[in-house]
Amino acid sequence: MNDSYIYISIILMAVVTYLIRVVPLLVLRKPIKSRFFRSFLYYAPYVTLSVLTFPAILYSTGSFVSALAGSVVALVSAFLRLGLPITAAAGCVTALILQLVL
Amino acid sequence: MKKLENYRRGLIDGIPIALGYFAVSFTLGIRGGDVGLKWYQSALMSALNYTSAGQAASLSILEEGGSYVEQIISTLVINLRYLLMSAALTIKLSPKEKTGKRMLMGIGVTDEIFGIAIAQNTPLDPMYNVGAMSVACPGWVLGTALGGIMGEILPSVVTSSLSIALYAMFLAIIIPPARENMVVAALVVISMVLSFLFTRIPFLSGISTGMKVIILTVALSALAAYFFPIEEDESIKEAEA
Repeated sequence: MNDSYIYISIILMAVVTYLIRVVPLLVLRKPIKSRFFRSFLYYAPYVTLSVLTFPAILYSTGSFVSALAGSVVALVSAFLRLGLPITAAAGCVTALILQLVL
Repeated sequence: MKKLENYRRGLIDGIPIALGYFAVSFTLGIRGGDVGLKWYQSALMSALNYTSAGQAASLSILEEGGSYVEQIISTLVINLRYLLMSAALTIKLSPKEKTGKRMLMGIGVTDEIFGIAIAQNTPLDPMYNVGAMSVACPGWVLGTALGGIMGEILPSVVTSSLSIALYAMFLAIIIPPARENMVVAALVVISMVLSFLFTRIPFLSGISTGMKVIILTVALSALAAYFFPIEEDESIKEAEA
Protein backbone atom coordinates (compact mmCIF):
# COMPACT_ATOMS: atom_id res chain seq x y z
CA MET A 1 0.00 0.00 0.00
CA ASN A 2 1.61 3.29 -0.97
CA ASP A 3 2.02 6.09 1.53
CA SER A 4 0.26 8.83 -0.42
CA TYR A 5 -2.88 6.67 -0.68
CA ILE A 6 -2.84 6.22 3.11
CA TYR A 7 -2.19 9.89 3.90
CA ILE A 8 -4.74 11.24 1.42
CA SER A 9 -7.37 8.85 2.82
CA ILE A 10 -6.59 9.95 6.39
CA ILE A 11 -6.83 13.62 5.49
CA LEU A 12 -10.08 13.28 3.52
CA MET A 13 -11.58 11.39 6.42
CA ALA A 14 -10.37 13.97 8.93
CA VAL A 15 -11.86 16.85 6.91
CA VAL A 16 -15.27 15.16 6.61
CA THR A 17 -15.34 14.22 10.30
CA TYR A 18 -14.30 17.71 11.42
CA LEU A 19 -16.84 19.46 9.20
CA ILE A 20 -19.65 17.28 10.59
CA ARG A 21 -18.60 18.27 14.10
CA VAL A 22 -17.83 21.93 13.64
CA VAL A 23 -20.43 23.24 11.19
CA PRO A 24 -23.37 22.96 13.62
CA LEU A 25 -21.27 24.71 16.30
CA LEU A 26 -20.65 27.60 13.93
CA VAL A 27 -23.96 28.01 12.13
CA LEU A 28 -26.81 26.34 14.01
CA ARG A 29 -28.74 28.27 16.60
CA LYS A 30 -31.45 25.71 17.37
CA PRO A 31 -31.58 21.94 17.96
CA ILE A 32 -32.37 19.38 15.24
CA LYS A 33 -35.99 18.40 15.86
CA SER A 34 -36.79 15.83 13.16
CA ARG A 35 -37.83 12.66 14.92
CA PHE A 36 -37.00 10.54 11.88
CA PHE A 37 -33.49 12.00 11.62
CA ARG A 38 -32.87 11.60 15.35
CA SER A 39 -34.08 7.99 15.21
CA PHE A 40 -31.96 7.29 12.14
CA LEU A 41 -28.85 8.56 13.92
CA TYR A 42 -29.73 6.61 17.04
CA TYR A 43 -29.90 3.30 15.15
CA ALA A 44 -27.06 3.86 12.66
CA PRO A 45 -24.07 3.00 14.92
CA TYR A 46 -25.58 -0.38 15.80
CA VAL A 47 -25.90 -1.30 12.13
CA THR A 48 -22.41 -0.05 11.26
CA LEU A 49 -20.71 -1.88 14.13
CA SER A 50 -22.67 -5.09 13.46
CA VAL A 51 -21.75 -5.04 9.77
CA LEU A 52 -18.09 -4.36 10.55
CA THR A 53 -17.96 -7.10 13.19
CA PHE A 54 -19.63 -9.97 11.40
CA PRO A 55 -18.42 -12.01 9.60
CA ALA A 56 -15.01 -10.25 9.85
CA ILE A 57 -14.53 -11.45 13.44
CA LEU A 58 -14.45 -15.05 12.19
CA TYR A 59 -11.40 -14.33 10.02
CA SER A 60 -9.64 -11.99 12.44
CA THR A 61 -7.12 -14.39 13.95
CA GLY A 62 -4.69 -16.92 12.52
CA SER A 63 -7.23 -19.74 12.30
CA PHE A 64 -10.99 -20.11 11.95
CA VAL A 65 -11.32 -22.31 15.05
CA SER A 66 -9.46 -19.86 17.34
CA ALA A 67 -11.49 -16.96 15.94
CA LEU A 68 -14.76 -18.81 16.43
CA ALA A 69 -13.88 -19.69 20.03
CA GLY A 70 -12.75 -16.12 20.74
CA SER A 71 -15.98 -14.80 19.21
CA VAL A 72 -18.17 -17.02 21.35
CA VAL A 73 -16.31 -16.06 24.54
CA ALA A 74 -16.47 -12.34 23.63
CA LEU A 75 -20.18 -12.65 22.86
CA VAL A 76 -20.88 -14.22 26.24
CA SER A 77 -18.77 -11.58 28.01
CA ALA A 78 -20.59 -8.79 26.17
CA PHE A 79 -23.95 -10.35 27.01
CA LEU A 80 -22.97 -10.48 30.69
CA ARG A 81 -22.05 -6.78 30.48
CA LEU A 82 -18.47 -7.37 31.61
CA GLY A 83 -17.32 -4.22 29.87
CA LEU A 84 -15.06 -3.37 26.94
CA PRO A 85 -11.58 -4.17 28.30
CA ILE A 86 -12.55 -7.52 29.83
CA THR A 87 -14.50 -8.58 26.74
CA ALA A 88 -11.59 -7.72 24.47
CA ALA A 89 -9.07 -9.47 26.72
CA ALA A 90 -11.24 -12.58 27.05
CA GLY A 91 -11.58 -12.86 23.27
CA CYS A 92 -7.82 -12.44 22.75
CA VAL A 93 -6.75 -14.90 25.43
CA THR A 94 -9.17 -17.55 24.16
CA ALA A 95 -7.90 -17.13 20.60
CA LEU A 96 -4.28 -17.22 21.78
CA ILE A 97 -4.71 -20.39 23.83
CA LEU A 98 -6.38 -22.19 20.93
CA GLN A 99 -3.69 -21.09 18.50
CA LEU A 100 -0.98 -22.35 20.85
CA VAL A 101 -2.75 -25.66 21.57
CA LEU A 102 -3.89 -26.59 18.07
CA MET B 1 -10.17 32.35 37.25
CA LYS B 2 -13.45 30.88 36.01
CA LYS B 3 -12.00 29.70 32.66
CA LEU B 4 -9.17 27.85 34.37
CA GLU B 5 -11.55 26.27 36.87
CA ASN B 6 -13.79 25.00 34.05
CA TYR B 7 -10.78 23.68 32.17
CA ARG B 8 -9.63 21.84 35.30
CA ARG B 9 -13.04 20.28 35.88
CA GLY B 10 -13.11 19.07 32.28
CA LEU B 11 -9.64 17.63 32.69
CA ILE B 12 -10.66 15.62 35.74
CA ASP B 13 -13.87 14.37 34.12
CA GLY B 14 -11.82 13.42 31.09
CA ILE B 15 -9.49 11.04 32.94
CA PRO B 16 -11.81 7.99 32.99
CA ILE B 17 -12.64 8.71 29.35
CA ALA B 18 -8.94 8.74 28.50
CA LEU B 19 -8.47 5.31 30.09
CA GLY B 20 -11.35 3.86 28.08
CA TYR B 21 -10.02 5.48 24.92
CA PHE B 22 -6.60 4.01 25.49
CA ALA B 23 -8.02 0.47 25.52
CA VAL B 24 -10.20 0.92 22.44
CA SER B 25 -7.60 2.75 20.39
CA PHE B 26 -4.98 0.15 21.27
CA THR B 27 -7.07 -2.36 19.30
CA LEU B 28 -7.35 0.11 16.42
CA GLY B 29 -3.54 0.33 16.39
CA ILE B 30 -3.33 -3.46 16.15
CA ARG B 31 -5.90 -3.49 13.36
CA GLY B 32 -4.01 -0.74 11.55
CA GLY B 33 -0.91 -2.91 11.61
CA ASP B 34 -2.88 -5.86 10.16
CA VAL B 35 -4.07 -3.66 7.32
CA GLY B 36 -0.51 -2.51 6.56
CA LEU B 37 -0.23 0.85 8.26
CA LYS B 38 2.88 1.85 10.20
CA TRP B 39 2.23 2.65 13.87
CA TYR B 40 2.68 6.38 13.26
CA GLN B 41 0.20 6.31 10.38
CA SER B 42 -2.43 4.69 12.60
CA ALA B 43 -1.61 7.24 15.31
CA LEU B 44 -1.99 10.09 12.81
CA MET B 45 -5.40 8.76 11.78
CA SER B 46 -6.40 8.74 15.45
CA ALA B 47 -5.00 12.22 16.08
CA LEU B 48 -7.09 13.64 13.26
CA ASN B 49 -10.32 11.72 13.77
CA TYR B 50 -11.45 10.41 17.20
CA THR B 51 -14.09 8.00 15.90
CA SER B 52 -13.74 4.25 16.50
CA ALA B 53 -16.38 3.02 14.05
CA GLY B 54 -15.30 5.55 11.43
CA GLN B 55 -11.65 4.60 11.73
CA ALA B 56 -12.41 0.87 11.73
CA ALA B 57 -14.41 1.26 8.51
CA SER B 58 -11.68 3.40 7.00
CA LEU B 59 -9.08 0.73 7.75
CA SER B 60 -11.25 -1.92 6.04
CA ILE B 61 -11.54 0.31 2.99
CA LEU B 62 -7.77 0.87 2.94
CA GLU B 63 -7.23 -2.90 3.24
CA GLU B 64 -9.25 -3.47 0.06
CA GLY B 65 -7.71 -0.51 -1.75
CA GLY B 66 -11.06 1.27 -1.92
CA SER B 67 -11.58 4.66 -3.53
CA TYR B 68 -11.38 8.08 -1.91
CA VAL B 69 -15.08 8.62 -2.67
CA GLU B 70 -15.87 5.48 -0.70
CA GLN B 71 -13.79 6.79 2.22
CA ILE B 72 -15.64 10.10 2.15
CA ILE B 73 -19.17 8.66 1.95
CA SER B 74 -18.49 5.99 4.56
CA THR B 75 -17.03 8.57 6.97
CA LEU B 76 -19.98 10.86 6.36
CA VAL B 77 -22.60 8.18 7.01
CA ILE B 78 -20.90 6.67 10.05
CA ASN B 79 -20.07 10.01 11.71
CA LEU B 80 -23.29 11.83 10.90
CA ARG B 81 -24.47 11.43 14.46
CA TYR B 82 -21.87 13.97 15.58
CA LEU B 83 -23.91 16.53 13.67
CA LEU B 84 -26.72 15.93 16.12
CA MET B 85 -24.39 16.18 19.10
CA SER B 86 -22.82 19.43 17.94
CA ALA B 87 -26.28 20.82 17.25
CA ALA B 88 -27.27 19.97 20.81
CA LEU B 89 -24.07 21.49 22.22
CA THR B 90 -24.30 24.73 20.27
CA ILE B 91 -27.54 25.73 21.98
CA LYS B 92 -25.84 25.27 25.35
CA LEU B 93 -23.15 27.81 24.44
CA SER B 94 -23.44 31.52 25.03
CA PRO B 95 -24.42 33.15 21.68
CA LYS B 96 -21.43 35.44 22.17
CA GLU B 97 -18.96 32.54 22.32
CA LYS B 98 -16.00 33.17 20.00
CA THR B 99 -15.52 31.31 16.71
CA GLY B 100 -12.04 30.15 17.73
CA LYS B 101 -13.27 28.32 20.81
CA ARG B 102 -16.18 26.80 18.87
CA MET B 103 -13.70 25.48 16.31
CA LEU B 104 -11.43 24.11 19.03
CA MET B 105 -14.16 22.25 20.89
CA GLY B 106 -15.44 20.89 17.56
CA ILE B 107 -12.36 18.68 17.27
CA GLY B 108 -13.46 16.63 20.26
CA VAL B 109 -17.20 16.10 19.87
CA THR B 110 -17.16 12.36 20.63
CA ASP B 111 -19.90 10.27 22.21
CA GLU B 112 -18.21 10.38 25.61
CA ILE B 113 -17.19 14.03 25.70
CA PHE B 114 -20.63 14.99 24.42
CA GLY B 115 -22.06 12.91 27.25
CA ILE B 116 -20.24 14.81 30.01
CA ALA B 117 -20.60 18.22 28.35
CA ILE B 118 -24.35 17.98 27.84
CA ALA B 119 -24.71 17.32 31.58
CA GLN B 120 -23.08 20.70 32.41
CA ASN B 121 -25.01 23.84 33.29
CA THR B 122 -25.97 26.28 30.55
CA PRO B 123 -24.14 28.31 29.32
CA LEU B 124 -21.48 25.69 28.72
CA ASP B 125 -17.92 26.98 28.79
CA PRO B 126 -15.99 25.46 25.82
CA MET B 127 -12.97 25.35 28.13
CA TYR B 128 -14.68 22.47 29.95
CA ASN B 129 -14.68 20.47 26.69
CA VAL B 130 -11.12 21.54 25.96
CA GLY B 131 -10.10 20.31 29.42
CA ALA B 132 -11.63 16.89 28.79
CA MET B 133 -10.10 16.77 25.32
CA SER B 134 -6.63 17.61 26.62
CA VAL B 135 -6.50 14.29 28.45
CA ALA B 136 -8.89 12.11 26.40
CA CYS B 137 -7.38 12.92 23.00
CA PRO B 138 -3.78 12.04 23.98
CA GLY B 139 -5.17 8.81 25.45
CA TRP B 140 -6.73 7.98 22.08
CA VAL B 141 -3.56 8.74 20.12
CA LEU B 142 -1.13 7.05 22.54
CA GLY B 143 -3.29 3.92 22.67
CA THR B 144 -3.27 3.69 18.89
CA ALA B 145 0.49 4.25 18.69
CA LEU B 146 1.19 1.63 21.34
CA GLY B 147 -1.17 -0.87 19.66
CA GLY B 148 0.61 -0.30 16.38
CA ILE B 149 4.07 -0.68 17.94
CA MET B 150 3.05 -3.86 19.80
CA GLY B 151 1.72 -5.26 16.53
CA GLU B 152 5.12 -4.67 14.94
CA ILE B 153 7.27 -6.21 17.67
CA LEU B 154 5.22 -9.07 19.21
CA PRO B 155 5.37 -12.60 17.72
CA SER B 156 2.73 -13.24 15.07
CA VAL B 157 0.79 -15.79 17.13
CA VAL B 158 0.19 -13.06 19.72
CA THR B 159 -0.69 -10.28 17.26
CA SER B 160 -3.06 -12.53 15.33
CA SER B 161 -4.83 -13.25 18.64
CA LEU B 162 -4.95 -9.53 19.49
CA SER B 163 -6.61 -8.88 16.14
CA ILE B 164 -9.92 -10.14 17.49
CA ALA B 165 -9.90 -7.42 20.19
CA LEU B 166 -11.46 -4.66 18.07
CA TYR B 167 -14.43 -6.84 17.13
CA ALA B 168 -14.80 -8.04 20.72
CA MET B 169 -14.98 -4.37 21.77
CA PHE B 170 -17.68 -3.75 19.20
CA LEU B 171 -19.67 -6.68 20.61
CA ALA B 172 -19.28 -5.17 24.09
CA ILE B 173 -20.74 -1.92 22.72
CA ILE B 174 -23.73 -3.31 20.80
CA ILE B 175 -24.84 -6.36 22.81
CA PRO B 176 -25.76 -4.75 26.19
CA PRO B 177 -28.17 -2.20 24.60
CA ALA B 178 -29.57 -5.03 22.47
CA ARG B 179 -30.59 -6.77 25.69
CA GLU B 180 -32.64 -3.74 26.70
CA ASN B 181 -34.17 -2.81 23.36
CA MET B 182 -35.81 -5.33 21.03
CA VAL B 183 -35.51 -3.07 18.00
CA VAL B 184 -31.75 -2.73 18.54
CA ALA B 185 -31.50 -6.50 19.08
CA ALA B 186 -33.33 -7.22 15.83
CA LEU B 187 -31.24 -4.62 14.03
CA VAL B 188 -27.98 -6.20 15.23
CA VAL B 189 -29.04 -9.70 14.13
CA ILE B 190 -30.41 -8.56 10.75
CA SER B 191 -27.30 -6.44 10.10
CA MET B 192 -24.98 -9.37 10.80
CA VAL B 193 -27.00 -11.80 8.68
CA LEU B 194 -27.13 -9.41 5.73
CA SER B 195 -23.46 -8.55 6.14
CA PHE B 196 -22.69 -12.27 5.95
CA LEU B 197 -24.95 -12.76 2.91
CA PHE B 198 -23.19 -9.88 1.15
CA THR B 199 -19.99 -11.93 1.29
CA ARG B 200 -21.67 -15.12 0.07
CA ILE B 201 -24.18 -14.21 -2.64
CA PRO B 202 -22.31 -14.12 -5.98
CA PHE B 203 -23.95 -10.92 -7.24
CA LEU B 204 -23.26 -9.05 -3.97
CA SER B 205 -19.88 -10.48 -3.01
CA GLY B 206 -18.10 -8.09 -5.38
CA ILE B 207 -19.27 -5.15 -3.28
CA SER B 208 -16.52 -3.69 -1.09
CA THR B 209 -16.72 -3.51 2.69
CA GLY B 210 -17.04 0.28 2.58
CA MET B 211 -20.02 0.16 0.20
CA LYS B 212 -21.59 -2.64 2.24
CA VAL B 213 -21.35 -0.54 5.40
CA ILE B 214 -22.82 2.48 3.61
CA ILE B 215 -25.72 0.60 1.97
CA LEU B 216 -26.72 -1.40 5.03
CA THR B 217 -26.34 1.48 7.50
CA VAL B 218 -28.48 3.84 5.44
CA ALA B 219 -31.13 1.27 4.48
CA LEU B 220 -31.57 -0.52 7.81
CA SER B 221 -31.35 2.60 10.02
CA ALA B 222 -33.89 4.38 7.81
CA LEU B 223 -36.29 1.42 8.01
CA ALA B 224 -35.89 1.17 11.78
CA ALA B 225 -36.33 4.94 12.17
CA TYR B 226 -39.46 4.89 10.02
CA PHE B 227 -41.18 1.96 11.71
CA PHE B 228 -39.80 2.38 15.23
CA PRO B 229 -39.08 6.08 15.86
CA ILE B 230 -37.38 6.67 19.21
CA GLU B 231 -39.05 8.50 22.07
CA GLU B 232 -38.32 12.22 22.21
CA ASP B 233 -36.38 11.96 25.46
CA GLU B 234 -34.21 9.08 24.33
CA SER B 235 -30.76 10.57 24.13
CA ILE B 236 -27.99 9.78 21.69
CA LYS B 237 -26.14 6.73 22.77
CA GLU B 238 -22.97 7.46 24.64
CA ALA B 239 -21.29 4.10 24.63
CA GLU B 240 -18.64 4.52 21.99
CA ALA B 241 -16.22 6.96 20.49
